[in-house]
Amino acid sequence: MYDVCIVGSGAGGGMAAHALTKAGANVVLLEAGPSFYASRDTKMLMPAYASPRRGASTKTRPFGEFDACDGGWEIEGEPYTVAPGNKFLWWRARMLGGRTNHWGRISLRFGPRDFQGKTRDGLGDDWPIGYDDVAPYYDRVDRLIGLFGSHENLPNEPNGVFQPPPKPRCYELLVKKASDKLNVTCIPARLSILTQPLNGRLSCHYCGQCNRGCGVKANFSSPDVLIAPALATGRLTLMTNAMVREVTVGKDGLATGVSYIDKLTGLDKHVDARIVVLAASACESSRILLNSKSSLFPQGLANGSGTVGKYLTDTTGTDLAGFIPAMADHVPHNEDGVGGMHLYMPWWLDNTKLDFPRGYHIEVWGGLYAPSAGFMGGIERYPGGGGYGKQLKDDYRKYYGATIGFSGRGEMIPNDESYLEIDPNVVDRWGIPVARFHWGWTDHELNQVKHMHETFRALITEMGGQIFSPMPTKEQGYNISTGGQIIHELGGTRMGNDPKTSVVNANCQAHECKNLFVSDGGPFVSQADKNPTWTILALSWRTADFIAGQRKEGAL
Amino acid sequence: MSEMNRRDALKVLGIAPLAASIGVAPTHLERVARRMEALETAGATAAAPTFFTAHEWATVRLLVDYIIPRDARSGSATDAKVPEFIDFLMSDKEASPSSKTAMHGGLAWLDNECQHRFSKMFVTATDAQRRQVLDDIAWPKKAPPEMSHGVMFFSRFRDLTASGFFSSQMGWQDVQYKGNLALPAWNGCPPEALAKLGVSY
Repeated sequence: MYDVCIVGSGAGGGMAAHALTKAGANVVLLEAGPSFYASRDTKMLMPAYASPRRGASTKTRPFGEFDACDGGWEIEGEPYTVAPGNKFLWWRARMLGGRTNHWGRISLRFGPRDFQGKTRDGLGDDWPIGYDDVAPYYDRVDRLIGLFGSHENLPNEPNGVFQPPPKPRCYELLVKKASDKLNVTCIPARLSILTQPLNGRLSCHYCGQCNRGCGVKANFSSPDVLIAPALATGRLTLMTNAMVREVTVGKDGLATGVSYIDKLTGLDKHVDARIVVLAASACESSRILLNSKSSLFPQGLANGSGTVGKYLTDTTGTDLAGFIPAMADHVPHNEDGVGGMHLYMPWWLDNTKLDFPRGYHIEVWGGLYAPSAGFMGGIERYPGGGGYGKQLKDDYRKYYGATIGFSGRGEMIPNDESYLEIDPNVVDRWGIPVARFHWGWTDHELNQVKHMHETFRALITEMGGQIFSPMPTKEQGYNISTGGQIIHELGGTRMGNDPKTSVVNANCQAHECKNLFVSDGGPFVSQADKNPTWTILALSWRTADFIAGQRKEGAL
Repeated sequence: MSEMNRRDALKVLGIAPLAASIGVAPTHLERVARRMEALETAGATAAAPTFFTAHEWATVRLLVDYIIPRDARSGSATDAKVPEFIDFLMSDKEASPSSKTAMHGGLAWLDNECQHRFSKMFVTATDAQRRQVLDDIAWPKKAPPEMSHGVMFFSRFRDLTASGFFSSQMGWQDVQYKGNLALPAWNGCPPEALAKLGVSY
């Protein structure tokens, strides 16, 4: 009998394992995929020509064959379905550490306003907690995991415990110049990449390949930074290739553990635990709860409100790149830097003056990428018009690196069209009923993405650049991402004070099952104009502290 | 595999001496170098193509070098083994049926056009004759409308050629890519580049 069973080893699960083992609990952690440690398994520093595929994407590694993340949109034997006429893409990272292996390391605290959306503009709901409840945990996460950034004293971009940020790249200075001209706030990025050694981890060596996983642990991934130290306490049992299918309950309505499939043998097994923490990623945790049906919980465990799977959101996204003639005939130099932008633009406008309610931030990319598969596709769009021979070869040399790109990442309002349920007909190869997704964007998101394009075009024009595609139309949805495509699913087990309209309380504890907790993106009441991972980490630590306190009191 | 020393690892990686940064993960460099050797052995391209027919192979080997010829700075596409790269991609299990059809079909279109104009295949036409056809499909904005299928094929084939050439070691050197290193520090944009762009810190 374990004290705590944690399902999932990503940001939330890894942090829960770390905090709870340090607090003295005997923990078992189940991960659906195999073992992976970036420090051991990364393909960092492999040049493109080390592979006949030259880095091209594969089905199991859609972001490129050297990318750390194993899994993807389509996993053999593990389908999901989408309601007719809807579109949704569901990313599964089936490996120890989950998405933390390849994520962008963009580590932004939610600001005070982000917890109070409904109070501000009447849309969505307020969180039952505020920034002040989470701030102490953000501080702890900053100190434990480390990130770089700068103190800007912006009202809704709280300062963190930052290491020094790296200087901007050449093209980022051009972006900064244009942003200043257009009054778009542009500040150093905040990425969980070490620029100074921390807790036995080396600092970054600027190879720009964070997405491959870091061989020296200079960036954050759950296995190297959270799970390894948890294992070192001697109080963590790690089970990989364990696909959880449901949380089991006893006659008293309390969780008794989880049932899972051992993928290597195909056998159905059970793990007993006094407390269960679900951190399988927002959609997966909802799926587990909905599949955990019993006479006491006919709608699924902890689902008396009927809101499990509801209020599902993703970040809005769109991208645009421009050819910048001033950057042609580049000065050769190593522009790799960290595996992400050195500058970015946090939300800078007042939504009361715009036709969309919530904001977005802008990510920056471009410059002298390591040439790999797909190098400078579409050369015919450049001034040379295509061609062949010496003229073409010279064009590639001339225009290599002369691109700047922007990606917008914005806040979606939860809506009634966007949720997941269990498909009544389809099971995966483990016999587990699959998730069926419903999805819809509203004008709240479409108008926001339109604004992103207008902003990007203005920035590129300000830099003297050329945009190869026309402004997208409303019929094209302004090139908004597909739901799920940004891989920031939040909601499904949202927190609240009212058990009739929420799944977990302000401590991420299930209203209807007091020894059941959710520690991934599920409890989020809203998105923000910021990525969620840092908040997932902070909330998970906060929840773990609550659990430890309850255990100490004998309440759990 | 026998233990590699650091110097061997660096040689295989083709990375200039990392003297100052060597404190960082020398065991990792060895691991990467070992994997590269394993990949080179495993992925060593066959002498004969597995996707292209013998005739297509001859056509492809000519065509890639029209696209990226040898010059003073670097070799040609065949020097960089671009045909082998394209053959690998097209033979791969991940290659879509439609891309395979487009490749076979595009090369056939090229031969059809040469037959139509010169009663020759691309490989037996003269250099001037081949260029006559390429001139009509290499610049989409100027191409005659009836050449649209050739334009489509050539644009994609050119992309693949560039992909294979510039992602090779020869290609990295040609465009003077200076990255994929472990650096002891990040020094930002060098003064010469700052001056060229008219920006500063």
